[in-house]
Amino acid sequence: MTITNDYLPILILILVGIGLAGMFTIIGLVVGPKLRTREKAAPFESGFLGKGMEGYRYDVKFFMTALVFLVFDVEIVFLYPWTVQIRELGWFGFVASMVFISVLVIGLAYDWKKGALEWE
Amino acid sequence: MAFVTTTDLIPLIPELILLGAAFVVLLLDLFAPGSQRTTLAVTTIVGFVIALVAEIQLLDSGATGFYGTIVADGFSILFESLYLVIGILTVLLSLHYLDDHGIGFGEYYVLLITAVVGMMFMTSSLELLVIFIGLEIMSISSYILVGIRRRVPESNEAALKYLLLGAFSTGFLLYGISLLYGATGSIRIPEIVVALQEPGALNNPLAIIGVALIIIAMGFKVAVVPFHMWTPDVYSGAPTPVTAFLSAAAKAAGFAMFVRVLLTGIPLEAELWKDLFWAIAVLTMTVGNVMALMQNSVKRMLAYSSVAHAGYIMVAVVVGTPAALSSVIFYSCAYAVMGTGAFGILTVRHFGKTPDSYDDLAGYARYKPCLAFLMSVFMLSLIGLPLTGGFIGKLQIFQAALEEGWVWLTVIGLLNSALSVYYYLRVVVCLYMREGSVPDGAVLEVAESPGFALTGLVGAASVVVYLGVFPQTLLELAASSVSTLF
Repeated sequence: MTITNDYLPILILILVGIGLAGMFTIIGLVVGPKLRTREKAAPFESGFLGKGMEGYRYDVKFFMTALVFLVFDVEIVFLYPWTVQIRELGWFGFVASMVFISVLVIGLAYDWKKGALEWE
Repeated sequence: MAFVTTTDLIPLIPELILLGAAFVVLLLDLFAPGSQRTTLAVTTIVGFVIALVAEIQLLDSGATGFYGTIVADGFSILFESLYLVIGILTVLLSLHYLDDHGIGFGEYYVLLITAVVGMMFMTSSLELLVIFIGLEIMSISSYILVGIRRRVPESNEAALKYLLLGAFSTGFLLYGISLLYGATGSIRIPEIVVALQEPGALNNPLAIIGVALIIIAMGFKVAVVPFHMWTPDVYSGAPTPVTAFLSAAAKAAGFAMFVRVLLTGIPLEAELWKDLFWAIAVLTMTVGNVMALMQNSVKRMLAYSSVAHAGYIMVAVVVGTPAALSSVIFYSCAYAVMGTGAFGILTVRHFGKTPDSYDDLAGYARYKPCLAFLMSVFMLSLIGLPLTGGFIGKLQIFQAALEEGWVWLTVIGLLNSALSVYYYLRVVVCLYMREGSVPDGAVLEVAESPGFALTGLVGAASVVVYLGVFPQTLLELAASSVSTLF
């Protein structure tokens, strides 16, 4: 079975991706300074220690911020294409977008009222 | 030119009404905090009722939208109405429970509404990805609902288990959809059907693995053995009204998806699939009933019994004829109502505590004769005794199975029904034949039978009896809605 030309770029992309990732890992291993301290040798996951963390209370405000960011992020993704096509879409598109925005405004109002925008 | 017009929204009117109701409830809770909880509940119920009216208006309209992606056929309208009715029942059963357990979140009702919206999208869509999104809307809402008693470890455990296994099964569904897309070049059910009917299409390994993965994902959602492991823990850890909602509406939505995607979408006449479903049906009935037999907690018993009932429905799925499919619909409706009712009784406090074990049910006949009677009605219906909806449902299923010559399957199903008599009647025995002693310090409140819940429970019991005595209306609806599927 031959690989069609359509898929060749994807294959190249995959190979380049693997190659780059592998290269950086190897460079890091070879060139990087090695200071093996107790802290560094400990297993960890996403910045949290691997053990001794049961019942540990971490701050939720980062997650809140991430969620609020999501509200605006998703909004932008949909609003850019709309603004480009606003004349073609006409009033129907306008009303649809307003509905969309008002849903997000409700989300924002919810965040605000619940105190998700307060940092302290 | 407009790609999407307002006429596309017509089949979505009930969903849109419900979404509007969700926002109204959210804003009410946000800007009028401390307002009566009852206001939120009533607003939610009003939303459900308006959506139900819209649903009935859509009947026979044959409306489709978004290039046939969303349809309002008899099948989807029947199931969506069921979710709405269960939604109303759940709200009625929630009010006192939320007060008793200090769950004062207005979000509870919002999530309940969004879960129903998700189910409605699942049921009314003909495109696998929209079905998937509906499933996710439903699932994510229910993960939070399960864990809403956030200070209770069991509730957290249930929510985490549900989330992990739910996400896992969702992964299976997506892989299945993508493989099926690879095999057929479409994610729309009508086109998949056409593509799979070409000679040899069903022997394509992509299609076989894709269908198998989808079966696994749906197995998780409707909790059939061996994908039922999460059910008892999640059902017993969740707040009881949420358990009722999950076991009734979420399961019905799962079966609606099952019928829509697997039974009408993908030709499963091959022996391979029949044998697989046969094994699943037998295992589900048997494991569900045997495990239910061994439980000491009534809530866990009902959780396993819901697995067993999924097994009975799977019998009809194995048979797969139109008559069997309409019995799937009838049984889903009947089980939804009687299951919600049975769980609903457990939401009401007795001697100052929410009943859990069989012993907690002692003394009902003396102090709460009305609830004891209603519970007995639900139990008799779950057994499948005549004059109840459960009887007609089982009759339909096993009749359809016998007509197609599935004798052994019927025999195993009936033996299982006989097995279930023991643990259902055990409940009735505890209700009527055990003297309950009032625990020290417990106050016998007259108001322990809250009005909203009582209304809901009486309504559910009436529906159960109505379905048992006059099943004709629903049977005809079910049969006609199955005919719209093909």
